[in-house]
This record gives sequence, structure tokens and C-alpha cells, in this order.
Amino acid sequence: MRDRLNRVALGAIAGVIALLFALAVTSAVLSLTHHSPWGTFTKMWDFGTKADNIAGIVNAATTYYLSAIAVAIGFRMNLFNIGVDGQYQIAALLAAAFGGAVALPTGLHQVAIIMVAMLVGSAWAGLVGVLKVTRGVSEVISSIMLNFIATAMIAYLFQRGKLAHLYGENLTTTPIKSSGYVGGISLIPGAHVKVYGLVFLAIAVGVAFQFIISRTRFGFDLRATGRSASAAQASGVNVKRMVITAMLLSGAVAGLVNMPVLLGEAHNYSLNTPAGIGFTGIAIALLGRNNPVGIVFASLLWAFLDTSSNILQLNDIPQSVVLITEGVVVLSAVVAYELVHRYALRRQMLHVGRELGTATAPSLDDEVLA
Amino acid sequence: MTTTLQKAPQPAAPGPSLALMRNNVLARVVFIAVIGMGIMSFVRIVSGRDDLTTSGATGGAINSAIPIMLAGLGGLWSERAGVVNIGLEGQMILGTWFAADFAYKGHSAWMLIVGGLVGGMIGGVLHAIATVGFGVDQIISGVALNILAPGIAKYLSGVVFASAQGVKDGGGPTQSPKVQVLSTLDWHSAGDWFDKINAHHWFVISDIAGLLGGLVTSLNWLTIIALLLIPFTWFVLWRTSFGLRLRSVGENPTSAETLGVRVYTMKATAVIISGMLAGLGGAFLVEYTGIYRDGQTGGRGYIGLAAMIFGNWRPGGLLAGSGLFGYTDALQQQTQPATVHALLLLVAIILLLVAAWAAYRKAGKRAVIAAVAGGLVLLWYGTTDEIPAQFATYSPQILTLLVLAVASQRLRPPAADGLPWRRGQGA
Repeated sequence: MRDRLNRVALGAIAGVIALLFALAVTSAVLSLTHHSPWGTFTKMWDFGTKADNIAGIVNAATTYYLSAIAVAIGFRMNLFNIGVDGQYQIAALLAAAFGGAVALPTGLHQVAIIMVAMLVGSAWAGLVGVLKVTRGVSEVISSIMLNFIATAMIAYLFQRGKLAHLYGENLTTTPIKSSGYVGGISLIPGAHVKVYGLVFLAIAVGVAFQFIISRTRFGFDLRATGRSASAAQASGVNVKRMVITAMLLSGAVAGLVNMPVLLGEAHNYSLNTPAGIGFTGIAIALLGRNNPVGIVFASLLWAFLDTSSNILQLNDIPQSVVLITEGVVVLSAVVAYELVHRYALRRQMLHVGRELGTATAPSLDDEVLA
Repeated sequence: MTTTLQKAPQPAAPGPSLALMRNNVLARVVFIAVIGMGIMSFVRIVSGRDDLTTSGATGGAINSAIPIMLAGLGGLWSERAGVVNIGLEGQMILGTWFAADFAYKGHSAWMLIVGGLVGGMIGGVLHAIATVGFGVDQIISGVALNILAPGIAKYLSGVVFASAQGVKDGGGPTQSPKVQVLSTLDWHSAGDWFDKINAHHWFVISDIAGLLGGLVTSLNWLTIIALLLIPFTWFVLWRTSFGLRLRSVGENPTSAETLGVRVYTMKATAVIISGMLAGLGGAFLVEYTGIYRDGQTGGRGYIGLAAMIFGNWRPGGLLAGSGLFGYTDALQQQTQPATVHALLLLVAIILLLVAAWAAYRKAGKRAVIAAVAGGLVLLWYGTTDEIPAQFATYSPQILTLLVLAVASQRLRPPAADGLPWRRGQGA
């Protein structure tokens, strides 16, 4: 137990160090381009902590969180689902079209739309899994290609006369009737902006993920496959089935990504539907170390940077400076986590060696050589 | 220790048998090329789409293929040393930005090449530090780099191209001012001559004339350098002791280490060269359009990686793969959807040939799969007149996926590709 606490603490410290490093790099970049780092940060902080903006940050983080969990499900078993972006977008389109086309009683309507989104996301992700286990295609390449193909598919389906219709001046899918809405809640005191009701769905997904990963046999198999596929196979895990299942689950969660926006705010699919969240999800999953709690902090940080940077343009500071902060924090975080991971492993080996009375070589050798 | 390796005999037998093997390789290349042109010619005549093999199409194909090829070559160098480089896309982005910046400030097209190399090198160094220095998972580091690189490019554009002077020269936060480009080598008389033959629409001969016409009219020094990098890579990696060491690190780093190869140095060198090649690919994009734009790479780094996998981690295969992707890309950009549609016939014929070959080799299952797939594509060709434009745009990506689905089981990556390696781990 103490060991585990230590490991959590180490991970958190590594994350904080990565953030400080990213802020240092950002400060250097700002100074080099003749902007005051401190002034920039205080402006961002003041803007980002306004009540309405906090609500906006929570909303953005909800979407990011779902995307990052979708990514993390694959990453935990060393399955690099780069295709969350395509999976959530195609699910967003088809679920919106479905929701607009049917008339169902409240309750059933929302559930049906969410189910359709999960099914579509699963199916699109499942292709990657099937190609991997039957044809040996690397999931990295196939999911990247499927992202492009999803863009093509959406462009093809989202045409006037197919799934898109002209409402006023906007091209959108048929709007979902109010029986399919999920209302917002006034969570942040003093804010006019409401928080998406589906924030609870995101929390539920996080809890379920943590439970499955750490408390079920499936989760154990998943992590075991991630550590060593051959060892898992030898101990009786059907690795091929694990790959397919993990991809289906990952795709199902990816399908949820746009649901808070769709059911809570937009009620249709349009060109304003946010794009690129799948890639943000990868970054956040890496930053949150594929851990459901870590990802909460990572997605809040990301949403904060995105939202608060909106003030910079008004002050003649390029808003894209936060892209550097975000990029550096991810790259330095993965390095920091790797170092922490190796350190923890060494300490564990030393510990085990001491318990067995053979506390000699491996750990010390590693220390010297690595 | 290093001298031992230098003196070690080359794996290929010396003397006459080597010459014979070279002949065989040449004969095989010529054979494949002739068969390929024959099929293309057949498709052109059956579909009636004469723009399939004009010099315009092949010239466009060469220009589309080269950035993909350079990225793929970057992937080849890195993965031959056992480091997967998903960060090619990010390195390419840095290449485009620095190429435009150097060319803009240096007022010279040659500075553009230097800028591309520098930009790619920055990306390569970052990837090398993370993967080789710290042992971070290679895919994760590459993905992180792909997140960081566009951010850097966007910020720098805002500072440099959107500055008062930059805006006056036509730049902005998402694009550079126009930059100087290399002039095309003037062989137009030869090009005209080839175009005349091409216009006769003779079987195979006109198609070859179209290919050569496209080649002679689209060459500049950067194109030539890029094309020469293929034989150069082959020579360095497969015919020098440095290349042998580099590849040994990708196959079995622990054994290589026991033989005195500096594994970290080799891997880092390979990754940095890899980044530079990807950056050069980015420079080519800027050179071709004469301007830097946000998002200009459009996933070509990934396509390059796919072309390298398609080419089985070999320079020749990579050339074929990037040529194929470049060709489909050029067709969808330059011709009507009906011409891209004719490619379906090509795909169907290739699949049916694969099926016939598999049946001949008594690989029943593969023969059936390929035959069914070929039949379906043929049916698709027969029952439609064009591919929807939305899909035609992404035909290289669709083709990549199809090719990998059919062929990836026959590929052999370097044995230690993608595995993090720490010094002393084999002890």
C-alpha cells in the first residue's frame, strides 16, 4: 500500500515538474519574442478564473476527458489507437442524424442516441482491431488512415440531400427534438454558463474504467497484455480477442466524445462540430499517464490553457504560444514518467531482492549502467 | 573493436556470382517495370482515359511522390536502426517552416534546402533525446512530437511571417511570404518530343513516352538530389560497414553491442538523419508551391511511413510505394473523377493477378480472398462511372489501407524495430 502511494506521489511530482519545465520554456519563448512572461501568465490566470470561463473550462474538459479515456483504454494494453479522432467524428455525425430522424419519449431518446454513437465508434474502431488480428496490420498506421477515410466518409454523407439540410443559412443535420436534450446544470456559482449535464456520464466512464482496469479479470488481462503479449498468451489470455475487445471499448467511448455537446448544446451536427479532439485526447492521455484520475487533471489543464489563451490576442501576444506550452508539457511529461517508472522498478527489484535475501546485483548494475 | 567489423567479409559472395545477382536485380526491375507499364496501358485503353499516362500525370506523380518518398526514407533510416519514427509528420512540419524561413530571410532557393534540413534535424534531435536518451516508448515520443511541432510552427509564423515586415511581403499568421524557388531544368524540347509520341496513344510505347516526358519536364536540382538519395541510402546501408553496424543495431542491439558497436550513437545518428530527410521532404513541399502554409504537410509523413512499410523496409520497395501513392495523389488532383475511377480497374487487375499467383503457389485461402476482392472491385468499376470526389481526395490513404490489408503478412521489419533498448540489458 505504501509502495503504491509512493508511486502515485512520484507520478504526480513528475507531472508537476513537466508542467514547470513547460512554463519555463514558454517563458523563454515569450521573453525572446519581447513579451513579459509574468504579465502573460497573470492575464491568462485572471481571465481563466472568471466564473463563466470556469464553466466553459469544465465543459471543454468533459469532452477532452472522454476522448482521453478512449485513448487510454488502448494505451493500457500497448495498443495505439490513434484513430479516436475519426471514430468520434463519424459517430457524432451518424448519432446526430439518427437523433434527428426518430421521435422517441424523453429518456429513451437520449439513451438511443448515445447507444448509436457508441455502436458507430465501436464499429469504426473495430475495423482497426480486425485488420490487426487477421491481417497483421499495425494499428498505428491503419487507425491513421481510417482517420482520413472518416473525413472522406463524413464529407460524402454530410451533403445537402443526404444527411445535411439547409436551416436558415447553416448546413446541419435535422435538429434533435427537445425530448432528446440533456439540460445543463448551474454548477459554478455566479456563472451564467451552465455545465453540460453529461459531465456525469464522463465521470461514470472514468469510474467504470478504473474499476474494470483494477478490479476485474478483463482489466488484469488487459494490463498483462500491455506489459508482455507473449507472457499473457502463455498464461492463457486470448490476445487476439483482447485486441478486438479493447478496440471495441475504446471506440465506444470515442463515440461518446461529442455527446455532451450534441445533447447539451448543439442538438445537431454541423461544420461547427469540434474537430481534432481525438488528437487532443492522445496528448491528455499521455499527460495523465493513462490513469483516470490523472486524466482529470490533464484535461482540466488543457481546457484551462485553451480557454484562458483567448485573452492573449487582445493583448497582442500570439495565442499560439499555448500550443508550445501544451506540446512541451506532453513531451517532457512522457520523459519524466519514463524516468519515474524506471526508478520505481529499480526500487521494487531492490525491495524484492532484500526480502528474498539476494539483494545483490540487478538493481545496482542498472543504477550504474542506465 | 570497430576494426574487426570493418575487416569482416561482406555477406554477399564476391566475384562473378555478385555480378550475376546484380544482373538479376536489374532484370527483375526491368521486367516489373515493363509488366507494370503493360497493365497501365491496358487499363488506359480499356477505360478510354488517355490522361492516365500523360506527361502531366506522371510529372504530377513525381512531384507528389517525392515528399512522401523523403519522409519514407527518413522512416527507413530510423527503423533500420530499430527506432520507430511516427514523428516524421512533425519533423516534416518543422522542415516546411524552417525551409520557408531560411529561403525568405536568405533570399535564396538553396537556403530553402538548408532550412528544411535544419528544421527536420531539430525534430530528429528531440525524438532521439526522448527515445534513445531516455528510453521513452517510441510511438509515444513520436506522437508527442507531432503535437509539439505544429505548435512551434504556428507560434513562429505568428512572430516572423505576421510581423510588420512579413505582412508587407505577403505573409501572415498562417502562411509565409512567397519564397524563391529553384528553376526547372530546361529540357522542354525533349518533353515536347515525348508528348508527341504520347499523343499517338500507342500501346505501352506512348505510356513510356508519357512517363519520360513527365520526368524530363519536372526535374530541378532538388528533385534530382531526392531521387539520388534512394541509391545513396541503399549503398550506405547495405554496402558499407557503417550501414552494416546501423542495421545490426536494428536487428539485435545486444549482439551489436558485444561486437563493439556504439548502439546509442548509431541509433541517435539514424534518428537525426531520419529527421533531416523528413525535413527535406517538407522543404520540397515549400519549394514546389513557393510558399509555406499552415497544415501544408497534410499527413504526408504518415503516408511516407506507410510507403516504407509497403516497401518492406527496403529503398526499392519504398520507391515503388511512394510512386504509387504519388501517382494516385496526382491523378485525384489533376484529372477528373472519371480518371481516378479507372484506377479501380487497375486495382481489380492487380488483385486478380495476385489471386492467380496465389493459386499457382497453392495458397488457397489467399487466392480466394484476392479473387473475391478483385471481383468486387471489378463489379464496382463496372456499375459506376466515377468515384465520389470526397473519396477520390483520399485515394492514397484508402490504397494504403488496402495494400497493407492484403500484403502486410509478407513483410519483415527489422527484428528489434520499436523495442526500447537500454545499455547492458542483455547481460
